Amino acid sequence: MHIVVCIKQVPDSAQIRVHPVTNTIMRQGVPAIVNPYDLFALEEALRLKDKYGARVTVLCMGPPQAEAALRKAISFGADDAILVTDRAFAGSDTLATSFALASAIRKIQEDMPVDIVFAGKQTIDGDTAQVGPGIAKRMDLQLLTYVAKIADLDLNKREIVIHRRAEGGVQVLKTKLPCLITMLEGSNEMRFATMANMFRAARYPLKQWDKDAAGIEDVTKIGLKGSPTIVSKVFAPQPKSQRAEIIDCESREPKDLSVTLLAKMFTRYPNLAEEIGKNAA
Amino acid sequence: MSETTEQKKPAGRRKFELDPRLEKYKGVWVFVEHERGAAHSVSWELMGEGRKLADKLGVPLAGVVMGAPGLQTRRFCQEAFHYGADLCYLMEDPLLSDYRNQPFTKGLTDLVNTYQPEILLLGATTLGRDLAGSVATTLQTGLTADCTELNIDMENRSLAATRPTFGGSLLCTIVTLNYRPQMATVRPRVMSMPKKDETRNGTITEHPLGMIETDIVTKVLEYIPDNLAGKPQLPFADIIVSGGRGMKRPDNFQLIWDLAKVLGAEVGATRPVVQAGWVELDRQVGQSGKTVRPKLYIAAGISGAIQHRVGMEGSDVIIAINTDENAPIFDFATYGIVGNAMTILPALTEAFRQQLATRKVAV
Amino acid sequence: MDEKFDAIVVGAGPSGNAAAYTMAKAGLKVLQIERGEYPGSKNVQGAILYSKALEEIIPDFREDAPLERHIIEQQMWVLDDESYVGSTYRSAEFNKQPYNRYTIIRAQFDKWFSRRVQDAGALLVCETTVTNLIMDRNRVIGVQTDREGGSIYADVVILADGVNSLLAKKAGFHPELEPKDVALAVKEIHFLPEETIQSRFNTGEGEGVVIEMAGKITQGMMGTGFLYTNKDSLTIGVGCMLSDFKSQKTTPYLLLEQMKAHPAIRPLIEGGEMKEYTAHLIPEGGYKAMPKLVGEGWMIVGDSGMFVNAVHREGSNLAMTTGRLAAETVIDLKQKDLPMTAANLAYYQGRLEDSFVMKDLKKYKNMPEIFHKNNQFFTEYPELLNRAAHTMLTVDGVDKKTKEREIRKSFKTRRSLFGLMGDAFKMWRAFE
Repeated sequence: MHIVVCIKQVPDSAQIRVHPVTNTIMRQGVPAIVNPYDLFALEEALRLKDKYGARVTVLCMGPPQAEAALRKAISFGADDAILVTDRAFAGSDTLATSFALASAIRKIQEDMPVDIVFAGKQTIDGDTAQVGPGIAKRMDLQLLTYVAKIADLDLNKREIVIHRRAEGGVQVLKTKLPCLITMLEGSNEMRFATMANMFRAARYPLKQWDKDAAGIEDVTKIGLKGSPTIVSKVFAPQPKSQRAEIIDCESREPKDLSVTLLAKMFTRYPNLAEEIGKNAA
Repeated sequence: MSETTEQKKPAGRRKFELDPRLEKYKGVWVFVEHERGAAHSVSWELMGEGRKLADKLGVPLAGVVMGAPGLQTRRFCQEAFHYGADLCYLMEDPLLSDYRNQPFTKGLTDLVNTYQPEILLLGATTLGRDLAGSVATTLQTGLTADCTELNIDMENRSLAATRPTFGGSLLCTIVTLNYRPQMATVRPRVMSMPKKDETRNGTITEHPLGMIETDIVTKVLEYIPDNLAGKPQLPFADIIVSGGRGMKRPDNFQLIWDLAKVLGAEVGATRPVVQAGWVELDRQVGQSGKTVRPKLYIAAGISGAIQHRVGMEGSDVIIAINTDENAPIFDFATYGIVGNAMTILPALTEAFRQQLATRKVAV
Repeated sequence: MDEKFDAIVVGAGPSGNAAAYTMAKAGLKVLQIERGEYPGSKNVQGAILYSKALEEIIPDFREDAPLERHIIEQQMWVLDDESYVGSTYRSAEFNKQPYNRYTIIRAQFDKWFSRRVQDAGALLVCETTVTNLIMDRNRVIGVQTDREGGSIYADVVILADGVNSLLAKKAGFHPELEPKDVALAVKEIHFLPEETIQSRFNTGEGEGVVIEMAGKITQGMMGTGFLYTNKDSLTIGVGCMLSDFKSQKTTPYLLLEQMKAHPAIRPLIEGGEMKEYTAHLIPEGGYKAMPKLVGEGWMIVGDSGMFVNAVHREGSNLAMTTGRLAAETVIDLKQKDLPMTAANLAYYQGRLEDSFVMKDLKKYKNMPEIFHKNNQFFTEYPELLNRAAHTMLTVDGVDKKTKEREIRKSFKTRRSLFGLMGDAFKMWRAFE
């Protein structure tokens, strides 16, 4: 079995600040991490490898620095890592990104057919959840999103049974390989790399593919040209013009403050008293 | 939405002329999502938003209903009219009884190619995102996820979709210029629910799916409904009492529960509180939690960081209690009490209790 | 694991990187183990880089190292509550290539340095904690890590794991640090547009300023404050002895907040966005607090060896130099095919003695004690100095001679003439 796991290197959003003057993202000192959602996908792939035997190839599109993300994947136990990197990809939106990744996976297939493609649920920087479905459609893979559990895999029949998170419940789905799975967060816990794999990751001769190596001929499908969406404006959230009315009274006792608040509120929002009454009953 | 926003310079207002072949794309569509016999409220929230967009453009608003044949789908069409749709596209087929990516993608793609809308909106639910991503790729058009605001740039009649980026610290507005339809998904409870007008009616256009079961690779073996009993339902609560780190200790959270009990309210919390394990994950309000828009939101010991704010600023009335008079929450709350939540909360609980008691007497 | 290395370096800060780079460059098989997620991940603040120490390791570092600004001006401020007396030294010399000092952002610098280390052929493993040294009787023969299959062997282990070297302590090479030998420094980074920094500090593009501060800002505790200009940010911080924080019952955070509110400092940082607050322990015990530096199969470099010149606030250049000298010792022994015994590794100590490192540290060996016992350097003197300046500079009809007399008088009343002379003598002795 051959599994491809798509990962992305992202800035750790918890540490991102916006420059107060220029309204741009301050990247200085913000560490780049493997998109946390992708780790669930990678771990699930490694578990399938442990159980059924598989070759796990990790694929990442990004700038040259993204090699750190791929080395990390190797340290966890992935077999191969490919970084698709080219200036021509700059400005790609999800449609252009899925085009590039699908091309790269087709190239990977030339070596050994791919049975399952894994991806994270979404990224923490883009939050779109669109690249996974995009790859599946482009490669005509069965799409399984928000997968919480792989219940069964029959490699002879080439069938897989999974639990998919839906609104208000869980769908148990059976489908055929090849398929694309986006893993739900919390579905597993990433292993701790062994020292041997740490060494392997540090020494691994990473493959870097430019657009030609990734089999991309039509440059109108990638980068800004291949992206239907255009960012027309980036701005900081505007504070509401109206500040809160600060409740005050002479005594400043909690009791008096509370009574003053309710009096003011129910005068201005007479319906609210009724709503609360209904709700409390 | 761009996966690499940061590398892209904002294009600004672009001079642009729509490809004449795309001019025939007209009208705003809202995909009506339903599962297990009930329409998802996000569909009606979008219908309200879609109505505004359609009016700005002077075009009709349509609902798209796909499902197994029967009374239900007709009922959803009627509801779509009540919430503002002028017409509905209805695709009925037994193969559509459960959501599956393959038939729904084909069905919706066919509808778009046949009737050619300029805008297509879906809820940013697990179903909506699965379907929107697939349809946009199949149609090779632009899709903007998780929007918080939709507008029309009248200069070139294009959809301007605004969404938070980088964990909510920035907003960006995204346009899809020379591609149709322009697609967007919106998270539940971000838009307000429109008023229902049961006198409204509209026309239904039916369209076949044109598939047989053997065409579809994926089979649904089972559907296990969530056991909702006892689970918090914050997105639909009318009143929410929330606590933040300012509550200091987990046992102080009891004061939040006490007030919630008197008001029949749900209890919410900020991310740090949830991460500290004081309350369960389902109660987290904000960017990485639930979006809520209750009639009354009481925030105790919450500073009002942007990550929390984006999840609750749509509330009708916000009461904020915080010791720090400079806390950002006072910048957008309706009422503020500068003081210690541990002493204010019990007093407030008592005040509400008395107010409710007198109301009962009055009734 | 079966794989054996010539040397294992624990830590990927300036000293560890210098050691690993030097050995790898000489063709040795080097493993470097770092606890953080990546080199520099635990080091986010700004710092000063002295060119010389790095030049001797990587002569062409200026070509691609992430340098913020080269320093063209040094200011020394002595602060009272409301005012300061300052001296400024700016020289066109400082603006001539090759520059002598730079401000750097450690996170970026360490990452760059590590890249060079890896390119030189050392194997770097991050997010791995060395939990123990593996001993064969009294000889260190390898390290044990927190990973599966994590025991690795080498001829020599170089400890570069920082001020609080748990490893050295665990192995009994290093006594528990005493609060009087350690300073606690807190730093913040404030982001401002490049042009704003240039106009506020009157510098051109790429040129920077360093301000060292002493006086009331440390509230009588032994310590100094500092402010450096980076490319589009300012590093501001204050450091005092850990023992003082304990006895004064104040916190570094509070101290920094008060310092930032000083009327002379506030306008310099105004409008900036505070990004990063970090606290860092700095070993300042100097020469007298130094632990044993070599043993059977091991050496200590950098902060863990107390290699910090507190008087001149130099740390990273000493760290890099000690790393290089330790590495050169190992290379030498390897070439001569000699074992890594304590006696052979002692050449490292000899190299240190011959270098500026030990010379400087010995020179200032009494400084910590003097400052410890005489807190007037941080309380009364700043006040008197500021009052003197105020008296001299206020035009109020009093002649200058009378003013000088008043100033002398105020110095005398606050502190006896004997005390003043004594202080001067102590300082002279210490600096000599």
